[in-house]
Amino acid sequence: MKILVCISNVPDTTTKIRFTDNNTAFDAAGVQWIINPWDELALTRALELKEASDTSIETITVINVGPQSTEPTIRKALAIGADDAVRVDAQAPDAYAVAANLAGYIKENPYDIIFCGIDSSDYNGSLVGGMLAEFLELPSVSSVSKLDIEGDTVKMNREIDGGSEVLTTPTPFVAIVQKGIALEPRIPSMRGIMMARKKPLNVVPPAVDEALTEFISYELPPSKAACKMVDAENVKELVDLLHNEAKVI
Amino acid sequence: MDFEFTEEQEMIRQAARDYAERELIKDVLERDEKAEMPTKHVQNLCDLGFFGLMVDPKWGGGGMDTMSYVLAMEELSKIDAATSVILSVHNSLVCYGIEKYGNDFQKEKYLRPLAAAEKIGAFLLSEPEAGSDATSQRTMGEDKGDHYLVNGTKNWITSANMGSVYLVTVQTHPDKKHHGINVLIVDKDTPGITLAPHEDKMGMRSSDTHSVMFTDVKVPKENRIGEDGFGFKFAMKALEAGRIGIAAQATGIAAGAMERAIQYSKERKAFGKLISEHQAIAFKLADMAVKVEASRNFVYKAAWLKDQGKPYGLASAMAKQFAADAAMEVTTEAVQVLGGYGYVKEYHVERLMREAKLTQIYEGTSEIQKIVISRAILK
Repeated sequence: MKILVCISNVPDTTTKIRFTDNNTAFDAAGVQWIINPWDELALTRALELKEASDTSIETITVINVGPQSTEPTIRKALAIGADDAVRVDAQAPDAYAVAANLAGYIKENPYDIIFCGIDSSDYNGSLVGGMLAEFLELPSVSSVSKLDIEGDTVKMNREIDGGSEVLTTPTPFVAIVQKGIALEPRIPSMRGIMMARKKPLNVVPPAVDEALTEFISYELPPSKAACKMVDAENVKELVDLLHNEAKVI
Repeated sequence: MDFEFTEEQEMIRQAARDYAERELIKDVLERDEKAEMPTKHVQNLCDLGFFGLMVDPKWGGGGMDTMSYVLAMEELSKIDAATSVILSVHNSLVCYGIEKYGNDFQKEKYLRPLAAAEKIGAFLLSEPEAGSDATSQRTMGEDKGDHYLVNGTKNWITSANMGSVYLVTVQTHPDKKHHGINVLIVDKDTPGITLAPHEDKMGMRSSDTHSVMFTDVKVPKENRIGEDGFGFKFAMKALEAGRIGIAAQATGIAAGAMERAIQYSKERKAFGKLISEHQAIAFKLADMAVKVEASRNFVYKAAWLKDQGKPYGLASAMAKQFAADAAMEVTTEAVQVLGGYGYVKEYHVERLMREAKLTQIYEGTSEIQKIVISRAILK
């Protein structure tokens, strides 16, 4: 069994977001880039499955759609333990371009389980996993919070309103994973870091070179209003503020 | 000149930072309070390859450079210097010393398990009456033909308990003074070695510190490093390397305290505005940032020289003196910025201040560094 983990290169989650070019582009100056946290957890689960003695996983490959500048992030995935990596040499302007380029590669190089994080922490589109499955004409399971391999069967838990659904699906398929899939990402070992450059990182040309989305402008959410303190005894003032200023009652 | 880190160095820094922020932080206050050894963390850091990371892969080490090592030391020390000192002694004193000056037999027998982190190393130089004046060693290593018979006491020994490979300085020829000193590799389980109880320290309380007593301990001659009488020179050379690690540790302690002071100053209000907007606090923070950055530059320069195979004794002494003194000043000011909160254990900076103090004392006090520096510049 071969596993593919799709990874997105995103700004560190503590990045202070700024825009340039009259608010039409993200300002990448000084930004630290990381593996999208959900994708990193997917990779963690894939590694756990490979290490479990009762599964027959041959390789774990990571794939990213992006320019050469994303390679440090890809090598971090190799340092953590992926066996090899693929970079589709293209910008990633929107979810369509990413999913279509992933599909282009996977059609030629099939995998049994394709992991995608539920969304990427930069644009939060939640689009790539579903689109990818459609392009590949494969089943997909969304919101997977637990995934085990029992013999030839893949058993998953899926979060639904008020509970959890247990299901199985034949391979190949796309697993769109979220919180719970693994506890926390792994810290690469020194050996893993030194090995990362020795593992294959294949750069392949893009299948498509277009985007279907045009970004008009970006804006930051309104800054949080200051907290107003009201004396515990002063109920009248509290009611007045809630009624006239916050207008919630 | 190139001030960029390599991708691997950045990854190692991040790995150390992640471990410190996810794991060390969880029980660092409790271990400090109870003076409890970080046994679990040392095991985890061994598994991740932080112990033995600079040793040549030929002996099973990580084959990384000194720059990678100082970045790891800095990040771990931001949260917990009591754990990082165990790493420093293992890597920059014990592994380095045996790799640089030991013979192949000693490397096979001792360096290999140290590089694989199956064993932890300790460096036994200080004595009740020989700290800064390391020449006046009282621990005797009587030459008995095929072995040395060791008697004496070593004090304030880091990793004395969890360590099992000891590098011990002994006086073999008292008439030759420091030319009569030898350094022996000693297995901790050799009969005649006893440990005093864990020292109750001001800071670094969770690091493993004991006095070690030697009573008629037989050490085979093949465990002597170098020629007869090489021990003092060995100790000085090992400390040159060790000081880079301690300077990196001091830099991390200072940077950790500074980060907490900056964060606090942007949350706490006084007289109607954030305290970071008061010049009295903003200037303190600026002074801290300058000291931390200068410490880093000293440390990275010393590490770079060592990696280039160039002499680094002067650079490491300067780095150690500056960074240790800066750590004391920065942590003291961080406590001041946090005020009442700073004096309370929960906010970490008072602990970092207690930890900083030791960096001015061990592996050569700040005053000893000034002797090393002045001798070098007056030569």
